[in-house]
Amino acid sequence: MAALRQIAFYGKGGIGKSTTSQNTLAALSDLGQKILIVGCDPKADSTRLILHAKCQDTILSLAAEAGSVEDLELEDVMKVGFKDIRCVESGGPEPGVGCAGRGVITSINFLEEEGAYDGIDYVSYDVLGDVVCGGFAMPIRENKAQEIYIVMSGEMMAMYAANNISKGILKYANSGGVRLGGLVCNERQTDKELELAQALAGMLGTKLIHFVPRDNIVQHAELRRMTVIEYAPDSKQAGEYRQLADKIHANAGNGTIPTPITMDQLEDLLMEHGLMPTIDESLVGKSAEELAAEAAAA
Amino acid sequence: MSQNADKVIDHEMLFREPEYVEMFDNKKKNFEFAFPLEKMEEIREWTKTREYQDLNFAREGLTVNPAKACQPLGAVFAAVGFAKTLPFVHGSQGCVAYYRSHFSRHFKEPTSCVSSSMTEDAAVFGGLNNMVDGLANAVNLYKPDMIAVSTTCMAEVIGDDLGAFIRTSKQKGSVAEDYDVPFAHTPAFVGSHITGYDNALKGVLTHFWEGRERTPNESINFIGGFDGNVVGNMPEIRRILSLFGAEYTVVCDPSEVWNTPTDGEFRMYDGGTTKDEVKQALNAKATLSFQAFSTEKTTKYIATTGQEVVALHHPMGVAGTDKLLMEISRLTGKPIPAALEKERGRLMDAIADSSSHIHGKKFALYGDPDLMLGLTAFLLELGAEPVHVLSTNGGEDWAAQVQALFDASPFGAGCHVYAKKDLWHMRSLLFTEPVDLLIGNTYGKYLERDCGVPLIRMGFPIFDRHHHHRFPIWGYEGSLRVLVAILDEIFEALDANTIDTATTDYSYDIIR
Repeated sequence: MAALRQIAFYGKGGIGKSTTSQNTLAALSDLGQKILIVGCDPKADSTRLILHAKCQDTILSLAAEAGSVEDLELEDVMKVGFKDIRCVESGGPEPGVGCAGRGVITSINFLEEEGAYDGIDYVSYDVLGDVVCGGFAMPIRENKAQEIYIVMSGEMMAMYAANNISKGILKYANSGGVRLGGLVCNERQTDKELELAQALAGMLGTKLIHFVPRDNIVQHAELRRMTVIEYAPDSKQAGEYRQLADKIHANAGNGTIPTPITMDQLEDLLMEHGLMPTIDESLVGKSAEELAAEAAAA
Repeated sequence: MSQNADKVIDHEMLFREPEYVEMFDNKKKNFEFAFPLEKMEEIREWTKTREYQDLNFAREGLTVNPAKACQPLGAVFAAVGFAKTLPFVHGSQGCVAYYRSHFSRHFKEPTSCVSSSMTEDAAVFGGLNNMVDGLANAVNLYKPDMIAVSTTCMAEVIGDDLGAFIRTSKQKGSVAEDYDVPFAHTPAFVGSHITGYDNALKGVLTHFWEGRERTPNESINFIGGFDGNVVGNMPEIRRILSLFGAEYTVVCDPSEVWNTPTDGEFRMYDGGTTKDEVKQALNAKATLSFQAFSTEKTTKYIATTGQEVVALHHPMGVAGTDKLLMEISRLTGKPIPAALEKERGRLMDAIADSSSHIHGKKFALYGDPDLMLGLTAFLLELGAEPVHVLSTNGGEDWAAQVQALFDASPFGAGCHVYAKKDLWHMRSLLFTEPVDLLIGNTYGKYLERDCGVPLIRMGFPIFDRHHHHRFPIWGYEGSLRVLVAILDEIFEALDANTIDTATTDYSYDIIR
């Protein structure tokens, strides 16, 4: 049996992480890989397209019902979806209460102890938003994910998040084995998106592993709670996800230790590509009225 | 003033002096605004009924007086079982003060243990700096050979990653690259002290065994599990293994550091399993765990190295010790020594001498799952009835094993096992189905008072009786001590119940 490959998808909220990861993993299963998806997001929507339904039986909701996570059995929480992909959702508290990060730790410990990874080729963690606390870094601890894939787009905040996630990976990469596998750009059709994504990847010391073009068929599939791979296997977009899956599959061991950049460097990057006009430092913090007065005085 | 320097009155008598009696009366009258006494009595009586018991057992969101402690406590126990090892708990200071005082109150010895002193800033920014500084300080101040790290709730909730933190600390020069820092995540809100013992022990073994080749030899490993009588039990098991002439390693032995002499020298470290012994232990042909529930993950890990693992449930009494000795004999290929056969005969003799007093006596007992299994089997062997057997950290699988013991004995017919229950459940049981004797740790003292059932102290912690932990309860000799402890209480109760002159003293006999 080949060694267990563990990967994780991170990225800014709403960037299309779950959609990208599920489509990619569906394509990976076509390569004969036995896959387990571990949703690490209290919203529990990391497996919706594979299961054709939002998973109701999250680890933490069932643990809360049963009294403790020790009272749960693996079969209570593990669902099997499209192409025999196994799915679990960590779940977590309602917004504004509790500690979702601890939930991720609890869930992953539970899965490991219950032998959820036995007989699996790929474990994929789908993690919410930023690495906001230690709990959300659980998938990048030693002996967890070997490579992290950051889903981003050409928008400033998505790139900012990608940089932050790289900082999180760096914390663990120096002392452990986790690496940045690459960026996945989910096209938003912003200006010069491809160039920007490539430039950012270069600065972070990684590569843009794939540029996923925007295609409405993804939305059509999503409305049917399906991946494009299942909904329209012959479509062009399915081909894109297959390419991404092939690239990730071939990328084992090729991850790098990221080199995160400063906010200034990030802004410079945007200016270089003409997305942000260059601003004279003397104008920063002045209102339109003040500027007009200065101009009149000059 | 009732108190003066020439004759200092201790607290036992002081508060019975008239000015204190008056003060307490006034406090009650003017400030407490309590319910009338009759009402309180009425409620007290109601809590003794079957109706209340049903409500009590339907309780969901509340635990009252659990018979367990938390994971890091067990991790500290495991850590001090290794030679010159300093337990280091990554978390806040208060938690660690609790582990130190808890052990010191039981063993009446200092327990050295440090914390990484996490405060609010560490909770926000993560405790890496505390780890870096803490390891360096601990090594420089206390000169241990090894630091065993565990965690408190705080570090666990914010998701501090010990493995990464320790590696980073070494990179930053906190301690040398090759300094041994085994670790285990021990969230206090999961499991109990036996889980923490298990995790920490596995952490040490993994640290020394991982990546090393195993060359099997003839020796066997012995693991005791979390044990309040460890100071007495460890020398006893060593004596037994030596009588066999067995090659053995006790993995994790805190019996010396919790039993240091007063001779003018403070020993922060004493005894314990050395690093070389731990490394060698990988090569043993088998590991014998005395307490299976206390070593679940450890024994599972050991089995993956190719060793045979035998995990018992705190075997006591005749049949229990027989089983232990037969396993040792089988694993070592050596016959059971004649000296031990003689001890067995003596225990049998003692049981026979006292059988008429203990036969049919009803017991309630609570504590760690393995101890409960060992004691239940022993009581049934004595012809006693362990009517209520309760454990807070025992689960359904444990309960099934206790039930199997009941089913195998005629004395188990009316007996019940209670998994994941607490001492407030036990209180109800003691009122609705009274027993003759209660066996458990010091916290049973309140049950003893409430329910009028004599308490035989056994387990951990025992704070209010001194030095019993210095004596073994394992082996035939240890079982004899347990038998004597039980008989003492039976006779005390019998004497107390026949002591009234010219009314009940027809049975107040010199000879029992």
